This record gives sequence, C-alpha cells and structure tokens, in this order.
Amino acid sequence: MKHKLIDIAKVIRSKNSGPFEITFDIIFKDRETFEIMCKHKFINAKLISDLYHISESDVINIIEFIPAQAIKATIVRPMCSGDIRETDVYGAQQHAPLLDLEFDY
Amino acid sequence: MKSVKILSTTAILGYGFPMASFEAGMKLKPDCIAVDAGSTDPGPYYLGAGVSFTDYYAVKRDLGIMIQAGIEHHVPVLVGTAGGSGAKPHLDWTIQIVKEIAQENNLHFKMAIIEADIDKEILYKAFDEGKIKPLHPAPECTKDDIKDSTYIVGQMGVEPFIEALKLDVDVIIAGRAYDPTVFAALPILRGFDPGLALHCGKILECAAIASTPGSGSDCMFGTIYVDSFVLETLNPIRKCTTLSVSAHTLYEKTNPYILPGPGGTIDLHNTSFTQLNENQVEVKGSVYIPSNPYTIKLEAAKCVGYRTVSIAGVRDSNFIHEIDTIIEGVEQRVKDNFKNLKDYHLNFKIYGKNGVMGDLEPIKEIHSHELCIVIDAVAQTQEVANTICSFARSTMLHYGYEGRIATAGNLAFPYSPSDFKVGPVYNFSLYHLIEVSDPVNMFKRTIVEL
Repeated sequence: MKHKLIDIAKVIRSKNSGPFEITFDIIFKDRETFEIMCKHKFINAKLISDLYHISESDVINIIEFIPAQAIKATIVRPMCSGDIRETDVYGAQQHAPLLDLEFDY
Repeated sequence: MKSVKILSTTAILGYGFPMASFEAGMKLKPDCIAVDAGSTDPGPYYLGAGVSFTDYYAVKRDLGIMIQAGIEHHVPVLVGTAGGSGAKPHLDWTIQIVKEIAQENNLHFKMAIIEADIDKEILYKAFDEGKIKPLHPAPECTKDDIKDSTYIVGQMGVEPFIEALKLDVDVIIAGRAYDPTVFAALPILRGFDPGLALHCGKILECAAIASTPGSGSDCMFGTIYVDSFVLETLNPIRKCTTLSVSAHTLYEKTNPYILPGPGGTIDLHNTSFTQLNENQVEVKGSVYIPSNPYTIKLEAAKCVGYRTVSIAGVRDSNFIHEIDTIIEGVEQRVKDNFKNLKDYHLNFKIYGKNGVMGDLEPIKEIHSHELCIVIDAVAQTQEVANTICSFARSTMLHYGYEGRIATAGNLAFPYSPSDFKVGPVYNFSLYHLIEVSDPVNMFKRTIVEL
C-alpha cells in the first residue's frame, strides 16, 4: 500500500546546520511508522541525492533518532549561506520536494 | 545544594516573552536568568558589518525586565552572543542598552563584559602552526581570509562565564558564545555534571521552541539535579513533552547523538527522555566528552562587493515561455555594452520557476501564469553595481524576444524607483576550528560598576 510522507509525518522541515550544511528532519506521527521506515531504510542517501540532483557523496549522513521517532538527512549546501547567489539564507524552504514522496509498504 | 534552577527568557534576546511567563518563572526562584542573544542564521552580513539583526528597543525591553528582576532577587543575569553576532560593535551596542537600563531605573550593579574578538596576529601564528582547521564541509582558509575579515570571533565555552561568576557579578554580557554556555555555566561552577548542564542549555537556548505548541518568544525553565535535568514551560498553553524536547535536539544539528562544542562534545547515545507529568520532561544519561586539544569555533565575514537589486513582475505568457533565452540575451547585452567591466556578478532570481531552490529545484517545467524577477547585481563598487543592475533592467524591459506581441514593455515594476542600492555584501570567510591553550584568558574580561 502506498503511503504519502505528508500523511505519515507530523514534521517535515529543512534548516541550516551551520552555514555549510542543510539538514532535513522528518518526525513521524507514531513509533510504528518510524520503525517501518527505519527497517526498510526508505530514507537513504540515494533517495536524497536523486531528489535534489546532488551527488551521493554530498549527502553527509542519514540518522535515525529514536527518542524523537525522526529520521534526519544532512547535505552539503550548494553554496555557503549568504553567498552572492544565495536563494534561502536560513535554508528553511528546501524541504519542499520531500512533501511529494510516497512509500510502498 | 541539590539543584540549580535556570530561567531562559526567550529564544533570542529581543524576540520577547509574555510577562506572565516571566513572573511564573521568577516564582520558581531561579538561580540565574539567562538568554542567548545571537545566531549565524541571518547570514554573514550582520557579523561582517558589525550590525545587530535584533531591534534596539526590543532588546532593551527584554533585558530591562531581566536585569531589574535579577537585581531584585540577587541572581545573576547572563547574556551570550550579545548583539546577534557577538563581535565588539555588537557587544558595545548591548552595553549601551544596559547602561541606559541602569540609568533610567536607577540601578547599581557589577557587570562583567567578555569579548569574543580574536586578534589577527594570534590567528596568523595559529595558521602558520597548522592550528586552524576547516569544519567539514567548509573549505580550507587562507591568510587572506583572516586579513580581509572585518570581525573575527571565537565561540567561547563555559570557562569565561564561570570565572566571571566567581567574581560575584550581577550581570554578564558576553560576545560570541556557544549557545548553551549561559545556561550551563552556573550549574557547572556548582559542581553539576557538564554533560547534563550543557544538554539542558542546548534545549534552553531556544526557550519555548522545545515545547508544544512551540514559540520563539516565550520562557522555559530548567532544573539541573545530580543525575538528571527537568524542563518545563511557564505558560499554561504550552507543554513540554518527550517528543517536543527530543525533537528539538534534532534542530539545526547534523547528528543529534553527537553535539560538538568548545572543548568537547555532548554524547546523547544513552540519553533518555521521560514524561514526569503533563508539563515536565526529565532527561538523563547525556555525557560530556572533553576533546584534546581544546578547540573553539571561529566565525568571520568579509566584504565581497556592493549590491543593487531591481524587482519586477511578468504576466505575459509569451515572455514566460521564453524566459531562459531572454535572460541569456540580456546577460550578453550587458557584457557587450560594458566590455571594460569584468569583476561583477549579475544574477536573475526567477520566482515562479526556481527562485527559492535554485540548482536544488527538481521541477524543471513550469506552468506559472506570472513570475517575479529579481535582477541582482554585485560589483566591487556601488556605482558599478548600480550601472549593471540599471542596464540589465532597461535591457530586459525592452528586450525583443521570439514571439513578442506586447511591444510597450516586458516588465511590471511595483516600485518607483525600480532599483534598490543594498550596500555592502559579506560572505562568511571563517568557519573553522582553532586549537587553544587557554580557553579563559583568550577572551578579554572587563568588570564595570554601574
């Protein structure tokens, strides 16, 4: 059965983690869904690199954070925050492509 | 003493807090009142230009309430990363506010001022000795990066605060400091576990953001015990839950299990979050692991040019269809017309296409019925930036593109004048670790009696 990420997560957000990284947080609505997502490794470096058209080596890590039933992904910022070509100084609107994800389980 | 109680007033000094929350916090008899006053989030401009991103009167309002309560109840008031970026001009700006508060309310107290600026000579020497290293994925720095930086600050740890507290001061105003330090210094001074104190500080620094519903302008209360700490909100509409507190640990972090800071890391692998009651969360098991050598984070920005922007809208579907070729054509015309001007950046942000995500935008085909175009010129002088922006704007306004039917003008300007002179543009020039031998005395301390 297909599940949309926006239906199974209660928080999907992006933010700078320092001026050289952007980090994505997905906090799931319930523990069971979080465990399914972890078991299948649905959120992985390849998914993030495909979604943002970046190389897999620019995905710094994917972390499952059990206390918050959350999965995090952190990527190298395309440019340092506030660079001349900057579009999002806080990195707070880079999560949008995650909203369209669907997972089959 | 079995516990240390800390009142965190707001996420960033100047973001405000309800008086009722503050009073509820004071009723719990805190041992200190503390606030983080800064962030690198708003970008390099504020550090580079020596300007605060927070408002003077908003900071004065918050700090006035905190200092009056601190003096009345004989508990210290600690402020970290004064003025938003914590360099000398930001510190001076905050001290001026404190002096006004003292004078207007006839308050007399002892204040410690701790500077975070690092002398360039010290940095050149450390650079030569290989003691400055980039924080991945920041690039290596050069001596020119040090030379060209307007202000260079180091993120101080708890040590300078602890030394100031030992002098029995009423108020501490510090430059750039690791966010949790203002909350962790007093408990660590009183012998409580640094892992718990710093982790508690890490949550308190954003005040009520770690509650639900979260808020960046409300208070939060932390109590540190021998083997745990407890967080609670002070506003009945907000609750601390294990999820709200643990979720905050994720925020703006690369890895929530390992939180690096000055002189060591907080390790959360064995941390537990327990709901004590409707509004209290107990945290246990966070451990501080000192690093050797002791490192602190350097931050600096340098001026890279001057900016002029022009904002315009487009509604014509023929223009929208041809947007890529039009931009290419305009860039070419600018280049041809000013062959002698080379050192400039001309950039078009196209909202309705990829204005928000730039190269990260996965959607390539657009169906927008209108676009917003920001013509953005950065050059070595304001005059050249004005010239490039103005010429790009007038060229785009009358550009003859394939399929053009509307020949009067291609752009809708919401403003007259259409071009805005933004002034100097800064880039982060340092975001590096430096090895330090004395984490107290590298930060200059001054004691002032008001």
